[in-house]
Amino acid sequence: MKRSNEPVFWGMFGAGGMVAALFTPIAILITGLLVPLGIIPAEQFSYERVLAFSQHWLGAAVIWVIVSLPLWLCMHRLYHTLHDFGIHAGNLVKALFYGVAFAGSVACATLLLLGLI
Amino acid sequence: MAEVMKIEILRYRPETDKEPVWQTFDVPFTREMSLLEALAYIKDELDPTLSYRWSCRMAICGSCGMMVNGIPKLGCKTFLRDYPKGMKVEALANFPIERDLVVDMSDFIEKLESVKPYIINDNPKSLDDGCHTQSPKDMAQYKQFSMCINCGLCYAACPQYGLDKSFTGPAALAILHRYNQDNRDAGKAERMKIVNAEEGAWGCTFVGYCSQVCPKDVDPAAAIQLGKVDSAKDYVIAMFKPGE
Ligand code: SF4
Ligand code: FES
Repeated sequence: MKRSNEPVFWGMFGAGGMVAALFTPIAILITGLLVPLGIIPAEQFSYERVLAFSQHWLGAAVIWVIVSLPLWLCMHRLYHTLHDFGIHAGNLVKALFYGVAFAGSVACATLLLLGLI
Repeated sequence: MAEVMKIEILRYRPETDKEPVWQTFDVPFTREMSLLEALAYIKDELDPTLSYRWSCRMAICGSCGMMVNGIPKLGCKTFLRDYPKGMKVEALANFPIERDLVVDMSDFIEKLESVKPYIINDNPKSLDDGCHTQSPKDMAQYKQFSMCINCGLCYAACPQYGLDKSFTGPAALAILHRYNQDNRDAGKAERMKIVNAEEGAWGCTFVGYCSQVCPKDVDPAAAIQLGKVDSAKDYVIAMFKPGE
């Protein structure tokens, strides 16, 4: 039997799952509810402050983790759901699915890095 | 006073039936009566041609697996009183039907054999060295997974096995994990080749239905997830050992 390269994707999926379970709800709560409802004053999340946050290496890292890792979770889940529905997608579809997660991660990193330099 | 229940059974007699057909039997039952006893009643009193497998009558031999209203069950651990609306009984799903409720389990047996379900040790301790101590913690690593009775219910429940028969499957992977976790065993490296494969732990998408239907609370789904963790570690180690 051939060694599967699934551990790589499963690792990213696991990391993404952790982020999506622990941090994504907080991010949604803050940006989707608390700020629009005025419970957190909007100026705390003003464009300038958020920009400054993203231009600090720690802030950039936090944004990258919250944006990129759940992408891997989603694409992994969707890909395996195809299989569960009896659609046995080949390597092309696999490349496409994980490619989306990869492209998203790289795009996010690039934009953040541009802000850092 | 015995009540009467309608039991529908999917019959298949290869010499007369082109395909499986349903047949209904009226079975008088009492509170204590199991499905296995109902089948015995049918065979003794109504139709001696009915075929089904059984041995222990106490959920330990694993022979009497069958589908009851579409759910994999042991006939001897299923009671008529719990099915007031009647029962539809069929051969275990995901296996070829041999005759009536008897399925061909050869593939399952091969999978069980393939994981080397025994302690492998090229240098066993001699009796003079005294007994092999194992702490409660050592034992807790594998005990639950050693309770499997090889009934195959988890294979009937597993959608992955249903889709692709090359998947090693829940019970075999649980038993594999059981031996890998036993500190008297030295065969882990051999077995990891199976765990690491697409046909091994990675064929599982963690549906978890296997653990729900298991009559012995083995929780094969948990064993497979632990197998994935093992395999992921093995993957990282292999990156630093090229040529393997
Ligand atoms: S793991 Fe449970 S359901 Fe599967 S064969 Fe063993 S006892 Fe039966
Ligand atoms: S007859 Fe042995 S498990 Fe049911």
